[in-house]
Order: sequence, then structure tokens, then C-alpha cells
Amino acid sequence: MAEVTVSVDGVKYSDHVEPRLLLVHYLREVVGKTGTPVGCDTSNCGACTVLLNGESVKSCAVLTVQADGAEVTTIEGMATDAGLHPLQQAFHQEHALQCGYCTPGMIMAASDLLRENPHPSDEEIREGLEGNLCRCTGYENIVRAVRRAAQAGASA
Amino acid sequence: MSAETETAAAPTAEFGRARLRKEDERLITGQTNWTDNIRLPGMLHVAFLRSPYAHARITSVDVSAARTEPGVIAAYSGADFAAEQGSLPCAWPVTPDIVMPAHPPMAVDEVRYVGEAVACVVARDRYAAADALAAIEIDYEPLPPVLDIRTALEQDSPKVHEAGNKSFEWPFAQGDMDAAFRDAPVVLERYYRQQRLIPSPMEPRSVVCSCVGGEFTLWSATQIPHVLRVMLALVTGIPEQNIRVIAPDVGGGFGSKLQVTAEEVLAMLIARKLGRPVKWTETRSEGNMTGHHGRDQWQKITIAADADGRIRGLDVDLLADMGAYLMLVTPGIPLLGAFMYPGIYKMDAYSLKCTGVFTTKMPTDAYRGAGRPEATFAIERIMDDLAAELGLDPLELRERNWIKHEEFPYTTIAGLTYDSGNYEAATAKAKELFDYDGLRLEQERRRTNNDPVQLGIGVSTFTEMCGLAPSRVLGSLAYGAGGWEQASIRMLPTGKVEVVTGSSAHGQGHETAWSQIVADQLGVPFEDIRVLHGDTQVSPKGMDTYGSRSLAVGGMALVSACDKVIEKAKVIAAGTLEASPDDMEWTPGRFQVRGDPDKGVTIGEIALAAFAAHNLPDGVEPTIDADATYDPDNFSFPHGTHLCATEVDTETGFVKIRSYVCVDDIGTVVNPMIVEGQVHGGLAQGIAQALYEEAVYDDEGNLVTSTLADYLVPSASDLPSYVTGRTESRAANRLGVKGVGEAGTIASTPAVVNAIIDALRPYGVTDVTMPCTPERVWRALRTAQGKQTGSAAEQHAARQSDQTQGNSPQGIDGGAA
Repeated sequence: MAEVTVSVDGVKYSDHVEPRLLLVHYLREVVGKTGTPVGCDTSNCGACTVLLNGESVKSCAVLTVQADGAEVTTIEGMATDAGLHPLQQAFHQEHALQCGYCTPGMIMAASDLLRENPHPSDEEIREGLEGNLCRCTGYENIVRAVRRAAQAGASA
Repeated sequence: MSAETETAAAPTAEFGRARLRKEDERLITGQTNWTDNIRLPGMLHVAFLRSPYAHARITSVDVSAARTEPGVIAAYSGADFAAEQGSLPCAWPVTPDIVMPAHPPMAVDEVRYVGEAVACVVARDRYAAADALAAIEIDYEPLPPVLDIRTALEQDSPKVHEAGNKSFEWPFAQGDMDAAFRDAPVVLERYYRQQRLIPSPMEPRSVVCSCVGGEFTLWSATQIPHVLRVMLALVTGIPEQNIRVIAPDVGGGFGSKLQVTAEEVLAMLIARKLGRPVKWTETRSEGNMTGHHGRDQWQKITIAADADGRIRGLDVDLLADMGAYLMLVTPGIPLLGAFMYPGIYKMDAYSLKCTGVFTTKMPTDAYRGAGRPEATFAIERIMDDLAAELGLDPLELRERNWIKHEEFPYTTIAGLTYDSGNYEAATAKAKELFDYDGLRLEQERRRTNNDPVQLGIGVSTFTEMCGLAPSRVLGSLAYGAGGWEQASIRMLPTGKVEVVTGSSAHGQGHETAWSQIVADQLGVPFEDIRVLHGDTQVSPKGMDTYGSRSLAVGGMALVSACDKVIEKAKVIAAGTLEASPDDMEWTPGRFQVRGDPDKGVTIGEIALAAFAAHNLPDGVEPTIDADATYDPDNFSFPHGTHLCATEVDTETGFVKIRSYVCVDDIGTVVNPMIVEGQVHGGLAQGIAQALYEEAVYDDEGNLVTSTLADYLVPSASDLPSYVTGRTESRAANRLGVKGVGEAGTIASTPAVVNAIIDALRPYGVTDVTMPCTPERVWRALRTAQGKQTGSAAEQHAARQSDQTQGNSPQGIDGGAA
């Protein structure tokens, strides 16, 4: 077992974990952050995307021990007392989700995309999110939502 | 169209309003209750050992070493369940003599596809369970696999089951086929391949089961909690009243979660054996192997026409791959298409023969569209070919044959009565949005200039039968259940409303749309309504969600239940207002006395009066709650015109969708925002079949595309932006609604492939087998040019490619194209 200290959505956790424990399983089963789901086992779908020290990672492709000392932000850490994150609001307003399973990962990936490129073109949005699969929406409204969030200053 | 904001002024009617979804808040904040999120005290985790062989006899299984691994509570083989596990059900025996082999949830003697469960470990956590699988000793005696339905019916083919490889043969014929084909000026025969697909909802399957004192609660990522409950009782013999099924938030289904799975049955049996709750959640690669697949058919379609393009007759010879067993509705899937080959066209005669064939592969079953995409593909592809043969514009040919708007209701040659439609209107609008004439001119320019990138225009004027379905019709097709839907309205004393529906949603937005319908019917605010579903203890009756049936059947059940509420409320209102019930006038939300509009009482006040029950008229039951079960008279028949423009690079074979326009007529619309989303998602899946997706088995029956790295679910960068439009002809139900869930998927696949062929027709290309990957398009071009210019080496390469890709049609009817 390895000892790790990880900050998740602003709260510090210290745990003894198996060195092979995936970060996504740590988040879901040790910390109880079930807002981040698992969609595949080859890091293709992106459903488990979180921010690790501010950059998006697929948490099924990171070991918990690699996150030792790091700050993790999940979908559950996006809203603040002031309300929903602009991306969350935009996904709601543009009907960018149906079943919602990909949504946490999609929003986290989009937040990283907007951090790097605050005003992407539609093509840049599509390319920026190509690591995140959605089976419901055909992506049209996801593109609209990210565009809307960008206009609302989501990168700030 | 962009969604309107919550602050917009409230219109009087909810129907037709782009309401933002009630469901979203939990989904965008990570508070969703997926089955895999459920954790019960003492819960154990199950992992399955799965067959590495497509076909083998199990000669020995020893799980004893696994039982001693750390954290392992139990390990079982098929023999441990043999006495109690029953056989997984098939509810659709399509012919009286259908071969329906036993399907044990865990294999005992023989395995018939790669991935079939042969043993399991139950452990304290999922890592320990997976680790201990390695300690199970199992020996197999390999048997020959059966992988190609075109040769599986030959005398010397190895057998999947002792009874042979044919499950059923289902014939249909209407009209005088001899007369239609005899002396027909044009007869075209085509072979089309409907490749095997993996439905791929983003949420993997997951089951949690607890058994306390003989009472079971099963949480499952399922589309069908109600059907599942009945079936689990029938399979296991556990009394139905002791089974509660809960479908919590479900992350997409597309037909794949319309199933009774081995893992659901085994979870119940394990929970009972151990007296502790258990969970199983599939990995994606496990799911690709062992969740049912879709499509997988070979179609031989022959059309006879007059010289002016009028269709005389249509014949379809269909081979459908059942896989290794018949699952819930496996044999019925191709038959849902059997009535749709004639599409929107009039003709004199039609015949179809469908043969269901066993192979040593994962069973097929419902996948978005379920039989209808296959039928629509075949008719719309051959219509384009017929147009080319006759030198007609493909839309012109269609117009010469389609049912005119003034001819509805129209009974087709397949015996369906289409209640409404207007193909002229949808086509005219689509042509305008698409700039059809302008794109044809550009196509001509590129052809003239020998542009290496050619432009193709693909047409698909589809219809579908959906809104499953009239129970009588399902009965006549030997389906094992009805097609009704249930709704209950509970009027709460505070004036709020609970709506209970048997339609179990998994992403469709029922909580929002159902609130809109009930708000209008009862005249209560949208916000005051809560929709309950997906738990057999909360919504005890239902037929669930599939076949684009929720609104046309479940939505109508809401209206019927509201009618009953209003009828009951009238009596109490009359008592309260000291007037005769006959003098009560209903305006949504309120009864008033005829001729005295100031004298009235609201539905909320009536609910409170019923709750208090102090002053009810004599003999009146103290409630205005009501249940209704709605069984439709007919299917609904959405239709539309889809136009796709592709740019095809003749040097690389790369296909780019330049524009995609669809105009759908789905009847009246409750929530245009949700409808547009359904269309978008449907288009994506149909385009994916045309261009990207295929479940591939190797020569030994191993699934090659077992991960999302190999099975190409498209990403945002692989798909175009869509232009959507609507026309509206009312369905023959009170709301005027049809269905929309499957329309995009059904219509788009032939539109895309027709566009590719249209681009390449001058090069002699008449077909590309789906998915139309750059390599296949390139090879089809080279093959066609080889035929024209004759490079022996290229022809040889093309033949090799045909063999490895399995796209040669030999064997479907003993002949070759």
C-alpha cells in the first residue's frame, strides 16, 4: 500500500491505496466522488475526465499514486456558491446532454479547451473534444454549448 | 433553433415550447444516480470468467483455488447454477416451428460465442474479484466455429446447436409477383450488407442486487424495468411480487438495454446464495463482447419497374444473423423491417423471405431502428440505382412512386395503414434548405473538370413504423406481450401533481416533456409537476421505452389519465359550487358554472377538497387520482426527406460530409428542443453506420473490435453539423404525435451511402460495402476502373480485399453478383 495525499475539489484527503489503484476508482470508491463515471477501459471515451493541477486528464489512465500531492477538480467542484459554472449553464441551455453520462467528462475537457483557447472556432471545439465520446447528442449542441460558454467568458 | 431561456414570458400552452430540461441539474453537477454509483452495506463484487472460444465443449471447471484467493467470498461455475438458472427468454417466437435453443445464463456444457460466461468470482472489491479469475481451472475441447450466415445453412456446415443452424424462415407475400416481374421493362437485383454494429451507450451495463428475506431488489442499467421484472420471475421461478426492479438514472440504451441479461439473472442467484448484496459492472471490452449487437444481415433485393420508373414489384430475400442464441426479441428484429421495404412507395406486389440463422457470435437484438434501418437502406439504395438506370433524378423517381398527400390514409402493399404524411412538403422544404439545384450544378462542374474531389448527393425519403404498438398487431406477429402503456396522475392536497409513467426514460427527457403535456391537460404550472418512473414499486405497470413509443403511447396514456382526473374533479366541483355536474365548464385548471364565470373552483382546490373529504357529494370517492392504460389503434408513421452532400476524394477514398439536411415530419411536437436533439443523435448513429462502425470477428470467432479504440464510435471531429427542419402532418391520435427517437438513424445511413455512390457513379462504382472507409472507397474505385481499364494486378488486389472484408455476396442465394 502507498500513502497518498490528494486534494479533491478543495478538500484534502490522505489514504493508503494499492499502487495499481486507478485515480478514477480512488475518486469514486475511496473519496466517494461518483460524479465522475467510467465509460471504457482504453481511455478512448473521456467520460472520466478530470482536471489534475488544472489540466484535463482521463482519470482511468492515471494511477492514484501519480496524483499524490496534486489538486484534482471533478465535475462536483465546478459549481460555486455563486451558482453553476458557465459551462454547466451552457450545457443546460443548449440541450447539450441527453443521458448525461458523458457530460461530466465533456464539461471538464471543455473547460481545459477554453483555458487554452478562450475563443475557439467550431472546428477547434470539435477537434478539442475529440477525446470525449457522446452517443446521444450527435455533438451539435455540445459545440453550441461550448461556443456559448466561451462567449460568457467561461475561460476566466 | 436555440433553446429559450427560463426567464422568457410564459406562453399559455406548454405544448410546442422549447422547455429546458428538468433532468439536467443532477446530470451537469455530477449528482446522477447511475447503477454503478450504488453502494450497499456489505456489498460484494462479481467478476465473470468468459469463454475464449467461439465454440467449445467445457470438459472441466475447477473454481476451488479461486475461493482461497484474498478477499474472495465465493466462486461458482455453471454447474453451481444449473438447477436454478433457467433459460434466458425470447419473447418473440416468430414462427410456430422456430428453433429456440436453451440459453443458460452461465454456460454449463458448451460455449457458443467468445465472451459467454463460464464461471465467476465474488469478492470484497472489484480488483480482488478480477484477480481471482486467474485461479479458475477450466478445460475446453474446441469445436468448429460458425461465422458466416451465407454458408451456415450448407449441408456440411458445423452446427451451432444440435437442431441445426436455421432458426426460422418467415415468408410474406402480397399481390401478384409473377405479373409484376413478367415482362417488366426494368429489373434490378442488388445485394446489400448490413454490417454488425455495437450499440455502445456511454454507460456500461451495471447490476446491483440485494436479497433480504426472499425479497429481491434489483437495480439495473436497463430500458425495461417492467418487462425485466416479469421475465426475471419467469426465468428464475422467483415469485414476481417478491421482485422489485429499479432503473435509476440510465446512461443511454439505443436498444442495447432492452434485454434480459445473464448477469441480471446471476446477480439475483448469487445474492440469494450469499445473503449479501452484489454488484457487477461491465468493462467496455466485456460489454462489446457480451452486450447484444445490432443489424448483421445480408439483403438480396430485386425491383421490377416500368420504363417510366413506376414500381411494379419488390422482392426481398433476407438472411439475418441471430448469433448463438435467441435473446429477448432477436428473431423479431428483422421482421420489424419486413413491413418497411416498400417504404413510401406504391407498388403492385411485394414478397419477402426472412431466414434467421445461428452463428457462434454474440446474439443480435434491438439497436436503434431495429429492422427498419435495414429495410430503409435497401429500398432507398435501390431507388437511387433505379433512378440512375432510367436516367432520372432520384427525387423525380421517388415522386412518381410515392403516396400523394391527398391519398392518406393509405394501406400499403405490406398491409400497413399509413394515417398521415406529406412527402411532397417535406421534400420541397429539404430541397430548398439544401440548395439541391445549386449542388447539382456544382456536381456537374466537378465532373466536367475531372476534379479529383467529386461531389455526390444522396437522397433518402424514408418512413418508419413506430410507436410500438397496438397489442393486437403484436399478438398477430406472435410477440409475447402487449404494446400498451400506463400512466397515473396523483393530485396532491397542496395542488401539486405527481405523474407516474410506465415509460422508463434513459436520456430522452420524459420528466420535462411529460410535465408539459400534463400541465396543458390539467392547467397546472409546469413547475408543480413531478414525473416518477423507473421503479416497479413506484410505477408498478409499464411496457417501457423503445421503438419510438414513449410519446405516441405513453404520452397518450397521460392524456387518458388526465381525462379521468377531470371527470372525477367535475363531480366534486359541482358539489362545491352547488351546481349540476352538467353545468360544469372546464377550462384547463378550473371548473366554472356555465354562464357564471366568476363562480369557479381550481383543480388544486378540488384536490384539497377530495383530500379533506369533508363535504363531498354522497357516494363520491375521496380522490381525483386516476390511472389509465392506453393501447393505440395503429403504429405511427414519421417520415422525412434527408439530403446529404459528400465530397469524395477519388485519390484517397476519403469521404467528407459537406452538408446534411433533413426535414422530418414527426407529427406535432411537444418540445422542439428535445426533438431536435433526438434527430441530431439519430443522425450521428446512422452516419456512423455508413462511415465508421463495424463489429468484426476474426476467422476463429474472436471479436476484434472489443474496445473503443477498435470500434469507431465517432467523435465530434468525425461528424458534420446538421441542418434540421420540420413539416407537420398530424398523427391520428389526440395529440397528433408520432415518434422521433429512431428517425435520424433510419434515414441517414442510405442518404450518406447514396451520396458516396452518386459521386462515384461516373467511375463505374455501384456499391461500397459499409462502413465506407477510405480504403473501401478507394478499392471500389480501383475495382470499377479495373473493370473499365483492365489492370490485372488491381483486379487481383480488389478480389483479395473483397474476400478479407467479407463483402462478396456469394452464397446468399447460391449466386454471385
